[in-house]
Amino acid sequence: MDTVLVKMEGIDKSFPGVRALINAQFELRAGEVHALVGENGAGKSTLMKILSGIYTKDAGHIYYLGEETEIDGPREAQHLGISMIHQELNLMPHLTLAQNVFIGREPRGALPFMLDERKINAQTEALFERMNLRLNPGTKASELTVAKQQMVEIAKALSFDSQVLIMDEPTAALTNAEIDELFRIIRDLRSKGVGIVYISHRLEELKQICDRITVMRDGQYVDTVDAASIPIDRIISMMVGRTIYESAPELPENRDTETVLEVRNLNRGKELIDVNFSLKKGEILGFAGLMGAGRTEVARAIFGADPVDSGEIYLYGKRVGIHHPRTAVQNGLGYLSEDRKRYGLATGLNVEINNALASMGQFLSSVGVVNDSKMEERAEQYVETLAIKTPSVNQLVKNLSGGNQQKVVIGKWLTADSDILIFDEPTRGIDVGAKSEIYHLLNELAGQGKSIIMISSELPEILRMSHRIIVMCEGRITGELDATEATQERIMTYATMRSVLTDQDDDNHSTDDAAPAAVTVSQK
Amino acid sequence: MASAATTAAPRQSILRSDAAQKLLAFGALILIFAFFSFASPVFFTWENIKGILLATAVNGILALGVTFIIITAGIDLSVGTVMTLCAVMTGVAITNLGLPIPVGILVSLLTGIAAGSVNGFFISRMGIPPFIATLGMMMMARGLALVISGVKPIYFNDAPGFRNLTMGTLVADIPNAVIILFVAAIIAAFILGKTVLGRYAVAMGSNEEATRLSGVNVANWKTAVYALGGFFSGLAGVVIASRLNSAQPALGMGYELDAIAAVVIGGTSLSGGQGTILGTVIGAFIISTLTNGLRILSVPQEWQMVVTGAIVILAVYLDIVRRRRQ
Repeated sequence: MDTVLVKMEGIDKSFPGVRALINAQFELRAGEVHALVGENGAGKSTLMKILSGIYTKDAGHIYYLGEETEIDGPREAQHLGISMIHQELNLMPHLTLAQNVFIGREPRGALPFMLDERKINAQTEALFERMNLRLNPGTKASELTVAKQQMVEIAKALSFDSQVLIMDEPTAALTNAEIDELFRIIRDLRSKGVGIVYISHRLEELKQICDRITVMRDGQYVDTVDAASIPIDRIISMMVGRTIYESAPELPENRDTETVLEVRNLNRGKELIDVNFSLKKGEILGFAGLMGAGRTEVARAIFGADPVDSGEIYLYGKRVGIHHPRTAVQNGLGYLSEDRKRYGLATGLNVEINNALASMGQFLSSVGVVNDSKMEERAEQYVETLAIKTPSVNQLVKNLSGGNQQKVVIGKWLTADSDILIFDEPTRGIDVGAKSEIYHLLNELAGQGKSIIMISSELPEILRMSHRIIVMCEGRITGELDATEATQERIMTYATMRSVLTDQDDDNHSTDDAAPAAVTVSQK
Repeated sequence: MASAATTAAPRQSILRSDAAQKLLAFGALILIFAFFSFASPVFFTWENIKGILLATAVNGILALGVTFIIITAGIDLSVGTVMTLCAVMTGVAITNLGLPIPVGILVSLLTGIAAGSVNGFFISRMGIPPFIATLGMMMMARGLALVISGVKPIYFNDAPGFRNLTMGTLVADIPNAVIILFVAAIIAAFILGKTVLGRYAVAMGSNEEATRLSGVNVANWKTAVYALGGFFSGLAGVVIASRLNSAQPALGMGYELDAIAAVVIGGTSLSGGQGTILGTVIGAFIISTLTNGLRILSVPQEWQMVVTGAIVILAVYLDIVRRRRQ
């Protein structure tokens, strides 16, 4: 029981612009579930990616069963018996479930280079059986829901007979019934002496399943405590530490102003089903939900980035047809993607050009030549008002930290005179200090009369920032809550309110939790 | 009721994806055949069909290799000129050095594998995008073929058996080149469907990062896929040299585009993860049938190119439409 499986000491890791880990440490014993908690950007995932061979550490020592080990790649980690279930789904959509589970170590046939498909399928079937998963090993991974894909990933990790199993937010996309099933499996593994690292934002879960909790903050180790005896608020205060934004920033009161945006009956296949909502002037409207609930799809549809099957969009009471992002920008919409580097910024260009990117027309002279000094002037203005930390507007955006990159995107949309800003995961990958600055900025913008849609998977962020909260699940809006009545529990109830139909078609054993969902729907 | 409807859904989508794609390409081939048979009495004769089969051999073999590469979400522009380089090397071995024919064949295959491996090295170890790496290889192979041959064709007049390799007949009245294509296709289908190499090609094309995180040595396997492409170029080199009874160093440019077109018409997705050998073979036949039929109808060669180009775009567009509906 008390064998130390893994010991990590003095781990340092830097990425361009960010010191992700500073002298971090961690210890995992056999037969324990060890929670690793901390805010986004605290370094939990980075530390575990080093343990599973995905990143290499800049400095520090890793001991496996008392012996110092270098883990050079995922394969070495697998050989040691360390496997990780990633937060982002990592299946190959074109392969079957069985092929996914056994990728990289397929049972071989008559000749060493031949695959034994029958064995792959049979072993996967046995594995699924052990996990009570009713899935056909021959199904293509792309045909599964997010939740089912997650279960397959867990099955895959289990099939390694791992001694160390790292789970990064395993329950983020699961229903309560599925979570119970997962916990059953975790307890079973623990009793077999497997060490489990459990990264989660849902602190209430930790009490149920974990033995010890290690808290990280800003890339550093804070403390390791006994899960049974510590109250949840203690964990929270350890996580936020300096209480940077523990007190909720004052929300500007602008409740009864005009409606600036109204969306009616937005539909697209299974991704968007009858989406209806409105946004008021000066309001921050939070969009909560699990991964794949359709929040980003709503944002992209409003912004004209993806087509819709049907639906109407009204701006200031007038119906508009937005079929292209260009029209959206002309109508004063701005979209800040969750993936800044891919969709929000030209990272190889400097701050000045990025700032002008959505509104180049403003900076052209009558003959179509770019007015550099005007561009520079405007960029400098936003560097100052948004407090972007950059040596000059000529700095390349890729050299800025995540928080400052996000501010450049905000500056870009402000330059384009956007009045409705859609923030998709505005603080993803941003460290704690910069986070609170972004929050203040959002509040300030709302106070100035900008209307904001904020999509976020972090419930505390949603609760802290929103006037009103819309919760989505599987493409539908399942609930709307006022800031005063919203709690994490209520949001989660709505966020897991799957339609009765989907529960039935997924498999039969989840019908019992479909029933309460139906009741809640009728209550509403 | 609801559950009955939903259990049918996966079956429907399977039908829509793989099978439908094969049917689509195969249906198109039959349609083209029917059209030309109707339009010209000469078209549907054994002599002409034999011509079509023979004309498909080289492009078909090249396309087999390209299929694997495109399944990994890569591209290979060098297959045509590498084929020429292989043919020249065979000429050097058999004619200039007087080595036996089997050795000449081996030289061609090894040259192809070497060129493919170098492509793979550039791409997976040096991180050069496949388009650029194979563009460079295309030019290098062309240059080398010209240098080695001294810009002159190498004839195989001293090795009379060499021409029979492809132009002779072992089975009925079917030229051996066609048999070689079909055997190569069966081997390729086996590699794609039943071996580790094929599985990893699909996996890398489907989600390369996930494949890497699963502990698969992506760099090595990708190199192997490009080497396999090179192997098929080497095989095509033997076939074309034998058919022409000479190694023509100036030949080869443009073959890569025909091969890519065949693969794409056959339903292999340029974004990776998806593709079949059967589709590629059908795609190659569609191209040569079109060329042949249009020639019989006395459509000028320039217009034949226009039609082939339009077919490629149509094929890919149909694929996109189908995917969007899913």
